[in-house]
Formats: sequence, C-alpha cells, structure tokens
Amino acid sequence: MFTAMLAALAAAGPLSPDAGAAVFNPKTFTLENGLKVVVIENHRMPVVRQALYYRVGSADDPRGKSGLAHYLEHLMFKGTRTTKPNEFSKIVARHGGRDNAFTSPDATGYHQTVAKDRLELIMRMEADRMANLVVDPMEAGPELQVVMEERRSRVDNRPSAQLDEQLAAALFVNYPYRIPVIGWQHELDTLTLADAMAFYRKYYVPNNAILVITGDVTLDEVKPLAEKYYGPIPRGPEVVRRANMAEPPPRVARRITLRSNRVREPRWGRDYLAPSRGQGKHREADALEVLDIILGTGATSRLYRALVIEKKLALSIGSVYDADLLGPTAFSFYGRPRRGVTVAQLEAAVEAEIAKLLKHGVSDAEVAAAKKRLLAGAVFARDSLRRGSGAIGTALTSGQTIADVENWPDKIKAVTAAQILAAAREVFREERSVTGLLLPEKKAERGAGARRGGGK
Amino acid sequence: MIKRGPLMRGVGLAAVAAAALLFTAPANALKIKEVTSPKGITGWLIEDRTVPIFTLSFAFRGGSALDPQGKEGLADMVSSLLDEGAGDLSSKAFQSKLENNSIDMRFGSGTDNFRGSVRALVEHRDMAVDLLRLALTRPRFDAEPVERVRSQYLSSVRRRAERPGYTARRAWRRAVFKDHPYGREMSGTESSIKSITAADLKEFVAKRFARDVLVVAAVGDIDAAGLADIMDRVFADLPAQAAPARVPEAEIDGGGKVVVTQRDIPQSVAVFGHRGIKRKHPDFYVAAAINYVLGGGGLTSRLATEIREKRGLAYSVRTRLLTYRRAGLIAGRVATANSRIAESLALIRQQWAAIAKDGITAEELRDAKSYMTGSFFTRLNSTRRVARLLLSIQLQELGIDYISKRNRMIEAITLEDVRRVAGTLFRPEDLTISVVGRPEGVPAKP
Repeated sequence: MFTAMLAALAAAGPLSPDAGAAVFNPKTFTLENGLKVVVIENHRMPVVRQALYYRVGSADDPRGKSGLAHYLEHLMFKGTRTTKPNEFSKIVARHGGRDNAFTSPDATGYHQTVAKDRLELIMRMEADRMANLVVDPMEAGPELQVVMEERRSRVDNRPSAQLDEQLAAALFVNYPYRIPVIGWQHELDTLTLADAMAFYRKYYVPNNAILVITGDVTLDEVKPLAEKYYGPIPRGPEVVRRANMAEPPPRVARRITLRSNRVREPRWGRDYLAPSRGQGKHREADALEVLDIILGTGATSRLYRALVIEKKLALSIGSVYDADLLGPTAFSFYGRPRRGVTVAQLEAAVEAEIAKLLKHGVSDAEVAAAKKRLLAGAVFARDSLRRGSGAIGTALTSGQTIADVENWPDKIKAVTAAQILAAAREVFREERSVTGLLLPEKKAERGAGARRGGGK
Repeated sequence: MIKRGPLMRGVGLAAVAAAALLFTAPANALKIKEVTSPKGITGWLIEDRTVPIFTLSFAFRGGSALDPQGKEGLADMVSSLLDEGAGDLSSKAFQSKLENNSIDMRFGSGTDNFRGSVRALVEHRDMAVDLLRLALTRPRFDAEPVERVRSQYLSSVRRRAERPGYTARRAWRRAVFKDHPYGREMSGTESSIKSITAADLKEFVAKRFARDVLVVAAVGDIDAAGLADIMDRVFADLPAQAAPARVPEAEIDGGGKVVVTQRDIPQSVAVFGHRGIKRKHPDFYVAAAINYVLGGGGLTSRLATEIREKRGLAYSVRTRLLTYRRAGLIAGRVATANSRIAESLALIRQQWAAIAKDGITAEELRDAKSYMTGSFFTRLNSTRRVARLLLSIQLQELGIDYISKRNRMIEAITLEDVRRVAGTLFRPEDLTISVVGRPEGVPAKP
C-alpha cells in the first residue's frame, strides 16, 4: 500500500536524493526456532512498541470457515495456562500501556506500546500466548457473538460496506481475497473453538511469525529477551501459504448495483485487477504507485482537476492502489457525482481520462512531481513510532523481504513515463474490471420498502 | 473501491486523560518554552530535532457554537475554504504550492475553538509560513471553490443522515441541550449551507481571527527565534480584538428521556448520558478515574466486561467525559442487535446505579491511576500530537506547569473522593437515551 510504503520509510535517515537506499536501517536476527526479529531504533522518547505479526490472515481461512483468522485474533485475549481471560489487556493498561490487534487478508498482528522499562513484561506475555493459549468454552461462545455484533456494525448496518463486500467477491473470481475478513454470517454461525484452536496450532508458530521492536531500544537489549521468552517455543511444521492459488485470466467486465432505501447519495467505483509486489511484480507495482499519485491522489491530481473543478461533474474522485499484498490486488477508482449528474456521466468522464492516459501516457514533469511527493512523504512518516513496524510487518507477511523495503526509494526514483504507460495498458482493460454502483432506492420501491420495514 | 484494510480490534480508550509523565525521563522530552515575539505574540514551543520537520498549531477561541442561527456550518465552511485561494494565488495555484512542497495545512472548527496546523519539512518553512499568512489574512472565497465546497457539504449533510450513529447522537444532543447552540446542527443543514454567502465567509474571518483569542504552539525542528519570526509573520497583522461573542452556559436537561428513531437496520445504535463535569472543576480527575472504570477503559471497563466480554452483546461500548467550555457531560455509546439492545441498556443502567451507590473499589482506583498517569506519554509519538497537547493545555488554561502537576493530582485521588463524586455525578434516573434502529422492548419516553 502506498501509505504503508511511506511508513516503510519511517526510520529512514535524512532524505538525500543521491544517497543509497538506506530506508530503515533495521537490525535483524533469527532465533533457532525460526522466529525473525527486527529492531528499529528510535530514541525520541523512552517508549517502545512490540508488534508480532503472523503470516496468516483471512485469505487463509479454511473453506467454509470464513472469519476464522479474525475470530482467533479475538480469542487470543482470552487467557493462557497462567493468565485469565482479558488479563493481557488489563496488565498492559495497569502498566500505562496500550495494546491492540488486527486481522488483514495476509496477516494477523498484535501490538503494545509501553514505557521502555516494561518491554520485558510485554515480550514475556506475547510469547506466552504464542505457545500457551487456553480458551474456556464459556468465553468462546460470547466472543463469537461479539464478532457477529462487529459484523452488524461494520457491514450489515452500512450499505456501502455491503457493496464493498460484493465488489471483492466479484473482482476475485478465485483468489481468497473474495472472502471478507470478518466472515460471511452463515459461516460465522458454524465456527467453533476447536476450529480456532486447530488454526492456532497450525499457524501460530515461531517460524511463521515476525517480531518487530521499535523505539528507545537496541538490538543488544532485545536479543537476550527474545531468546529468553520466545526462544524456548518449539518450531512448528513449515507453513506453505496458498500454494497454486491465483486468479484465472479475467474474461468479462462485471457490473454490480446495490440499491437501498438507506442511501441518499450515489457512489460510483471501478476496480481493475492489478499486480502486486507479493506476486513478484515489483516493476509494475512501482510504476502504478507513481501513476496513482498522478491520476487520483489529491486536489491537483488529473481526475480531481478534470472532474471536480473543471467539468463540475463530481463531488469527489480519486484512485487507490495497494501493492503490498501477497496475492493479486486492485487499482481502484471511486467518486460521487454532483447533484443533477448521473453516475453514467461520471463513469464516462473517468473512462475518458483513462483513454487519454492510455493514448498519450504521462509527462516527465508529472512523473517528477509525483516522485517528489512520494519521497517527501517518507520524511513525515518518520515522525511517528508506529508506522515503521507496520511497514516491515506488511512487507514480511506479503511475500517481500527487508531488502525490498530498503530499496523502495531507489526503485521509485527509477520509474519512467514509459513504464507507467506500459503498466497502465496492462491493467486498465475492460475484462479486468468490476464496476460498482451504490444507489438510492427507486421512487416506486421506496414505499414498498417502508412498508416492509414497518411490518417488522 | 475494494476495501481490504485490516479490522482493528477497535478498543478506543478514553479520550479524557490529559498529559501524564510516567517517569522523570520524559520531562526532558517535554520541556515547554514560552516564546514571546518582538510584536508581542506568545506561543509555546518544544524543540525536537529527531526529524527535520516542524508542526505549527494554533487556535482562535470561539468555534461552531458561535455560528449565527440559520447559518450553521459557517465556521466549517470557512475551514474548508482558507486553502482554496488567497492573496494573488488562485485555488489551483495555492493547492499546487501545498502539494508540490508537501506542506500539510489543515483547518477545522470544533464546538468551542477554530483550529489550524501546518506541518512541513524545515526546508519549506518560509513557503509554509507565507501560505499560512495568506490563508488567514487574505482568503479569496472565489465563486468556484465556494460553490464546489458548498456542494460537497450538502452531499455530506445527506450522507451523515445515512449513518445510524450520527442520527442517534444528533437526537441525543437535541434532547439534552434543547435550544442551546450546542444542540444545533453545528455542521450545517441543507438550508443553512445553502444560505451562506461569500460575504458571510469574509465577515467570519474579519470578526473571529484576532490576536486576543489566539493560542499558538510549535513542535519540532525549530528554535525560539524561529517561532518568534513565524508568529510575527503569520499573526501580527491580524486585528487586536475579535468581535464580542459569547456562548451562554448550557442548562442540561434533567433527562430520563428515551428517544427512539425508527430505522430499517439489523443493529440498534444507542447514545446515552447526562450532565457531567467541566474541565476546570476541582473534581475533574476524580470523575475521569470513575469514568475509566465504568466505560472509559477500553475492554477492561465494567461496561465492556458486562456487555461485551460476559454476554457478547456488543463489539464496542464506551463512555467518556465531554468537556465543553459551557457544559460538561458524561456520555456513551453502544450498538447491539435489535432483539437484544434492551438488555444492553438495562445493564448500562445497572452499572450506572452500582457506581452511584458504591463508587469503585480500591483496586479499580489503583488501576485507573496507573493507567491515567502512565498511558498518555506513550501517545505523544508525533510532533502533531505533542503540538495538539500544548494547544489544549493553553485553551483549557491549565498552566504551563500542568504536565508536572497533573500526576500529583491524579495520585492524590482517594476512595473518599470517589464516593463523594460518584454519589452526586452518576444518576441513572437522569440518563437520556437515544436509540436508532428497530429496537425491541425499548419504548420511547418523552
């Protein structure tokens, strides 16, 4: 992801255009059990952040058990052989720290931020739950209900999120990114604690994890603690991720429409199946990141200038491209028409911009300005402690190496207008696309909808 | 757009805790210098040369609550238009300078204050300063950007109404604040946004951006002389005094109301709360500690334990102290399936009553103190965050020695204090509740 890559520069030295690519200067070592440890020093404040990433995410959910990786993430707070349910967060809070966790399609991560002299405490606790998770069935049941309420909040109460769920399912014909991270409701209904524990035993092993310690700490301080607490955990069987999983060649443009009486303002979106770094398509990814800036990022981008300011067709318009995935990704456009403008008019105007791009390409001046913005963002990213570990975690859970992260600025600098045009011609093809419309209910249906609702 | 971002666990800890120092070391990192410029403008500074960037933050006292009746959304619209053309620079020219030099300039209007900030690489400092001066002193409000931003605001008014959480909060604020400005739709309605003219926007700038209501903070790679220079260049030409304006003290409805807004959604969203405590009240920290235990402390709070952990009734339930200049409240939010929302609300009343009757335990107080004193420091992880803190301390008039005093005030809280405050502050019978959805077993109570 663009922002993740900016974050990747979080610990970089001063930005100097000709310097070699020392992005992070992370120090790393690997324990005998296979746990990779990365240390990024930042001595601004006496604070440290521990982040533990597992190379497993929602796209690894077993067939028919969508939502399992995320459910397990919730259960990881439910205790170990020696700690009680929710005690993990309580202890961190009692020590003035903060903790949280996330599940993405490619990764599951757990992180805490504490004063530096509490690092040993959180390393001990995180290592403990890698090896010794014990969940009382009386805790697992209500937690599944929590996940279902989370699904209602995030998706079922929000038509736009329902459309996003359908868009992913339409874009990825075969690759498991078509499965929502939160899971389909009918499959959530069937998840069990046994499912979660089997998943835990398979994936939560040191040789399938990356530990990133950022902040006011050195490798020499981290190493003995890592050896002491994570070292004794036995290596697990090697995890083979998504062998032979790929999208078949795209054949047809798809179009989906969601109408709802809860929608007041229409939304238009277009996704093109696009290559990612995890697939090894580094050169294309670099070019598409620069293109994303030129085409659809910010008030001076081509799309904003043309559709919002000049033609007055759109309230908002932009593009998004996230290259840091293990599997295929999307180059996406999104926008909202002004009142009195139809989504069809908006769509035609975006298509005209894409056609212009495919015919004439981008100018060298545009490329230079976009690169400057991308690289300057790197300095801002160093302003925050959190973003460094996130970038390393994302890279190492999406089939990339630290070297890929380290070389990113040089690769961006090397992108040419010709490469951008070539990548755009590869990606912006009708058969690779899904168009999604979010629309208000038609007038005739609105009355019927209200009656249905009223009868409940 | 395909969204495949991570699902955060979304704990959302209390926002009430202000700065704290866990140990002595951070005090050095947070050494505040008061700087007065040759032209008499004062600002607070923390130098930090870790990264070659700086953040300048400022605020004018007086926020959206001062929008004239019928012109709600005026302050917000101004905040969106200051960087859309100023001086000799058209909107396009101004935006190009910002983007080409990676200058991050932001403005925003809150209930009580109008805030802004600019963050830039040190090498772009002069340009950032010039652009900020232009934005604050010579904004153009050209027709194209005004109409563009107006159409965006009208769309956002309509989209907000799609969101049950927003609708619940609106109805709740109307019920507790009634006719007070805090109860109005401060982000604007369709008719108020349509009625705002370029003359209104210009008048706002002329009346409200002035030195007597100005507060300034800077953090990053900048020294005292540099800040003094910036302050004189950006702010010295503003009028000495803002036009007189005052938001009256809010009288908060005694409550006990239940407002139900029917909406065809599977999960009901509820906002609840009643009168609380203002920021400068001597018992503020006592109230903050109790709130931490009740619903402020993320997954470890009593409400989260009863509603989320034990019964799986909600993904998120939390409470916070809302501290406005003219009102203090304690309020919270929960979302539960329509069929079980009544159960969540009953548990909230029950926990509210338990706090009112018995306060909190010694162990809970100890945990609240150690969290409050220790946690804030770990949040101060960017120049922007630190600058925001310095601004808040000044806006709330807590004193330049606040950071060193705060921990002692928290450590001094006793169980006796807790019992005294809990008994008067928490009144379950006064809870005003606003629910949006198809809630079962939750009758409206006017």
